[in-house]
Amino acid sequence: MSSARLQIPPRILQGDVFKVRLLVNHPMDSGFLRDIDGVIIQRNVIRHLVCTLNGREVFRVEPTTGVAANPLFEFYLRATESGDMLFRWVDDKAYIGELRHTLVVEAANASKPASN
Amino acid sequence: MGLWTIAGLALTSHAQQRLIPLEKLQSGLHYSGAEVQSLQTDEFANPSNIALDSGTKSWAKTDGKSNKSCQSCHGELVKMKGVSIRYPAIDKATGKLFNLEDRIRNCRVKNQKAAEWTFESDELVAMTLAVTSSSRGLPLQAQIDGAAKSHFENGQRLFMTRQGQMNLACTNCHDQHYGQKLYTDPLSQGQANGYPLYRIDWQRVASLERRLRFCYTGVKAETPPWGHSDIRDISLYLMWRGQGLLVEAPAVRK
Repeated sequence: MSSARLQIPPRILQGDVFKVRLLVNHPMDSGFLRDIDGVIIQRNVIRHLVCTLNGREVFRVEPTTGVAANPLFEFYLRATESGDMLFRWVDDKAYIGELRHTLVVEAANASKPASN
Repeated sequence: MGLWTIAGLALTSHAQQRLIPLEKLQSGLHYSGAEVQSLQTDEFANPSNIALDSGTKSWAKTDGKSNKSCQSCHGELVKMKGVSIRYPAIDKATGKLFNLEDRIRNCRVKNQKAAEWTFESDELVAMTLAVTSSSRGLPLQAQIDGAAKSHFENGQRLFMTRQGQMNLACTNCHDQHYGQKLYTDPLSQGQANGYPLYRIDWQRVASLERRLRFCYTGVKAETPPWGHSDIRDISLYLMWRGQGLLVEAPAVRK
């Protein structure tokens, strides 16, 4: 049901500060609106979204009803190590969304692929 | 002889009468402001992408009693290039004017033998967006002759007719006052080349039909039921009116 798209730079060197962009497919129903029959649409927003890298929390956000549907989260990380990135979010309906990505950080002195 | 000439001339000039000349056509994106423009051109953050992804997936997904996917008959999605720019078009089997949504709904029930998709359902909107995006960058070129002619003329008549409590016709805003401000936003030319597109106001991808229904609400007129032929006729007129504008799917508007 809930899916997400992730964007990070194609190549990351150690020490780089890089931008992480996450677009989550979520209705973010505020609980203030009514449907066409006048019935209140139950509040359903993302309670919290956490990004961990190798099990260590590196980013956390707690969006509220003020955030529009399909939110886009942008934040910066300093590249220290390669590892498993895990994004996890929980909404008011207790739905748990997950996105995994294997982060590859290249050594800072890694040269560009040799060109003859 | 004289009568024939006059009738012939009248017809020709009528069909060629453009209130906005071709060289002055502007997509709605032009009037949408810098933020919306940058959101549309951002390949990642463009919120239509979510629906586009799901439409692309469902293109290859088998469904219904035929146990076929769209791809089984039509091939890869890229082969749909050039399809959306011809719609609305006459359906040969029924003689009715079909928009792209009608075509997809019809094909799904008749050929795929799958459960009907309701108008504006997530599935239908996503599929229409996926098919339309195959024609991205191509110019609109609707056919208004032959069996489509009466639909075109009705669409043109509706576009020019004042209606609703506001007593406004489409043309009053979108031909006569585009570029000027209505409250805080500039009026667009009412071009249809971006649809189906993500409307930030509605927080989802919407069809041209939904947008047109909203215009009926805007002038406080009675909204026709979903699937009504008037909406298709106006859509055909809009496609002719915006002839040459490029398909922008996946597009974003306020």
